[in-house]
Amino acid sequence: MNHSNHNEVHINLAGEAGSQILLALPFILVLILYLCAVFISNRHHKKWPVARTVYWVFGVLSAILAVAGPIANRAHIDFNAHMLGHLLLGMLAPLLMVLAAPMTLMLRTLSVTSARRLTGVLRSWPSRMFTHPLVASFLNVGGLWLLYTTNLYALMHESNMLNYLVHVHVFIAGYLFTVSMIYIDPILHRISFLFRTIVLIIALAGHGILSKYLYTQPPAGIPFEQAKQGSMMMYYGGDIIDLILIFILCLQWFRATKPRREAAMG
Amino acid sequence: MSTTNNRSAYSSRNIWTGILFGLGLVGFIDEAVFHQLLHWHHFYDKSTTDIGLVSDGLFHAFSWFATIASSFLLADLHRKQAYRFKRWLAGVFLGGGAFQLYDGTIQHKLMGLHQIRYVENVYVYDIIWNFIAIVMIIIGITLIIRTRGRKQDGKPVAHESQ
Repeated sequence: MNHSNHNEVHINLAGEAGSQILLALPFILVLILYLCAVFISNRHHKKWPVARTVYWVFGVLSAILAVAGPIANRAHIDFNAHMLGHLLLGMLAPLLMVLAAPMTLMLRTLSVTSARRLTGVLRSWPSRMFTHPLVASFLNVGGLWLLYTTNLYALMHESNMLNYLVHVHVFIAGYLFTVSMIYIDPILHRISFLFRTIVLIIALAGHGILSKYLYTQPPAGIPFEQAKQGSMMMYYGGDIIDLILIFILCLQWFRATKPRREAAMG
Repeated sequence: MSTTNNRSAYSSRNIWTGILFGLGLVGFIDEAVFHQLLHWHHFYDKSTTDIGLVSDGLFHAFSWFATIASSFLLADLHRKQAYRFKRWLAGVFLGGGAFQLYDGTIQHKLMGLHQIRYVENVYVYDIIWNFIAIVMIIIGITLIIRTRGRKQDGKPVAHESQ
């Protein structure tokens, strides 16, 4: 937020370009890996659904759009752009990437031994813990409260390292949250629909309450008009993406509870 | 045979599905019509209390969820051949009315969330708002009582043959 000194701004921009590349790189990498895995596994298995590949491509693109390029550049001076980036990186990209079922793809691409090892990792207690709806929701929404209601937001714009960590956290927490709510990839410790529903509603409320709170109490240094716009962007943008999440959760319930003819009669 | 059994077995499920839908519907109308189209409601008001913000956030999230969930529950009732329109409609009135009354009294007034419209004599709006809510609740309860115990509702042929 320091524009008083021109040299400082230039130094920040140089560092900024570096950190943008650093943030975009993992996403470019997983895009290449995914496409390679589709190509390799299609030779041994039936064709991987095109829709999933499309989800992955668009998910990765929305993440890259958020961390590098015009939106990321504006995010430092414009709270609205920051929020748009946040919606793309923390909500839309994770949702699309979860829908692409990367673990399923990985399991069918790897050799049997490696696949077993991966299953072991998925079954381990840290994996169970971080994909539990309560833990994932706390990391996701709690992280946002921490970011916007403390001076972390201001510090983030002064330190490239902190900026990097916050972005990584926003994406990973968003991904874990999505994985904990809708089951696209194999998950080895399923949690009831009712429990997930309750946690999801509380998490959505936490997101909505924070959005409205920021309307009048934005992080330090944000002009009033930007705070209003950013706050509403967070509120309504969040609603739209949550709508898709709720729809998929309900659809999965609808399919899972499909009555079997005989059982329904008895 | 199974249709009749299901209708009585899922009698209260019809009401609950309706209540959720009513809640979601009123929440949606509130957002779409009063916030977005008319701009009567404000996104935020200086008078908004913290508890008002929390209550609004929870109800908004819940009604958002309820709209979608109740549609799937309705499809489920159809699938089980247990759908009873009047039972469901009773729930819609009851859920919608209850939410509207809560919104109009506790959220708007007690918690100072925002006013219905930013005009003089806002009490006229308040009275109409809450009056409609009470009428909806009464219609809902009346419908529930009138459809109670009629296990062969929608099957007049069976009645006549007795």
